[in-house]
Amino acid sequence: MFVLSGYEYLLGFLLICSLVPVLALTASKVLRPSSRGPERRTTYESGMEPVGGAWIQFNIRYYMFALVFVIFDVETVFLYPWAVAFHRLGVLAFIEALIFIAILVIGLVYAWRKGALEWS
Amino acid sequence: MNPGIDLQQRFIETLTDFGLSDGISKLIWMPVPMLLMIFGATVGVLVSVWLERKISAAAQQRIGPEFIGPLGILAPVADGMKLVFKEDVVPANSDPWLFTLGPALVVIPVFLSYLIVPFGENLLVSNVGLGIFLWIAFSSIVPIGLLMSGYSSNNKYALLGGLRAAAQSISYEIPLALAVLAIVMMSNSLSTVEIVEKQAGYGILGWNVWRQPFGFILFWISALAECERIPFDLPEAEEELVAGYQTEYSGMKFALFYLGSYVNLVLSALLVAVLYFGGWELPIPIETLADLLHIPQDNAILQVVDASLGITMTLLKAYFFLFLAILLRWTVPRVRIDQLLDLGWKFLLPVGLANLLITAGLKLTLPFAFGG
Repeated sequence: MFVLSGYEYLLGFLLICSLVPVLALTASKVLRPSSRGPERRTTYESGMEPVGGAWIQFNIRYYMFALVFVIFDVETVFLYPWAVAFHRLGVLAFIEALIFIAILVIGLVYAWRKGALEWS
Repeated sequence: MNPGIDLQQRFIETLTDFGLSDGISKLIWMPVPMLLMIFGATVGVLVSVWLERKISAAAQQRIGPEFIGPLGILAPVADGMKLVFKEDVVPANSDPWLFTLGPALVVIPVFLSYLIVPFGENLLVSNVGLGIFLWIAFSSIVPIGLLMSGYSSNNKYALLGGLRAAAQSISYEIPLALAVLAIVMMSNSLSTVEIVEKQAGYGILGWNVWRQPFGFILFWISALAECERIPFDLPEAEEELVAGYQTEYSGMKFALFYLGSYVNLVLSALLVAVLYFGGWELPIPIETLADLLHIPQDNAILQVVDASLGITMTLLKAYFFLFLAILLRWTVPRVRIDQLLDLGWKFLLPVGLANLLITAGLKLTLPFAFGG
């Protein structure tokens, strides 16, 4: 059974929560002094003249972590319905989830051995 | 079982007595719990900022804030007022739209997660079926906001801080989700109200923490990492990155980040109380107490006392964990980035998976103790 009761509150709450930053920034816009001079708007670099920008190509070391994350995040999404219904499913569901998790653990071991989880 | 008071029902009944239709009464009621919750969360943040400063001061044998209001309790309010009046400096090289959108994207999902925080059977904004899963979903929006503000600042410190924050959030989200999964399995439901009700009846002995000790430790470590608290505050490690993704922020936008981080901390503490420490339940079941004093279950005063005790208990438990988080700040040093990622991926993730499978196995062998 799929009942969407109570979700109108989610929409209303989303609206009200979105008003929090809007109201805060508007209130401060009315009250605060305006910005003076172009020097104030230079990029902070510990008091030095900034050398180059930050919008450049560089090696993101977190890339492999992000890839592994996607795999395991999807895994947890699959496991949520299994966990909720587990009391009705019994031993077979346990073995199935065991196989599912085992495959992913093999993947984790592989990523570990290949050095995808190393910081260097 | 005491059904507890239902404010929504009473409010709508009162309005329909005045001759309004049912739909309009419901519409008038809708924003009331939401505004109350946002107000409560903001006050909770002010209190925790004050507590943080007072406890930090006590840990270092200082006095801390003392002049603004009694015991300096108004110091956080003064801080907030100051930030409202501060000039808003947007770096000339930045992307102004993303620069403004970043803090908003960090604050909105955190506030939105209060939708599912229960203070009593009917004392929450909405008891949606997705429950705790909504929180997991919303908390994965926050790293997008952090990346956005780090990238749009066009500042090297901010960019590195934003990337670090995103990597940290995603690394600890999986152990967090796995810890919650074990609780969901024991409760047979995602709804936070049902999770608390499953812990009711036996007082302190029924709380989930006894059945999920590893899950609790997993959840607590991951929650601290998600909130970027010491020992996991690498994204804003001041020795290396100035202030991380917040480096270029000032005035109200900085205040939004600050607010967001504390709202998130209070939220995590509340959810620790709800998931592992019986939420609004007292250490001794209130039904037992009422029976001892020969008060009937449907007594109106008992219901009011029950509801207010429930709110107090939830807050007491949550603020105990907040206190622990603040003490931890002055107890442990910050971890390095490689240690942080190793802890998340090579320790917490396998432990989380093992904990989930052990819970499933125990549920099959001992169904009466693990929620049938």
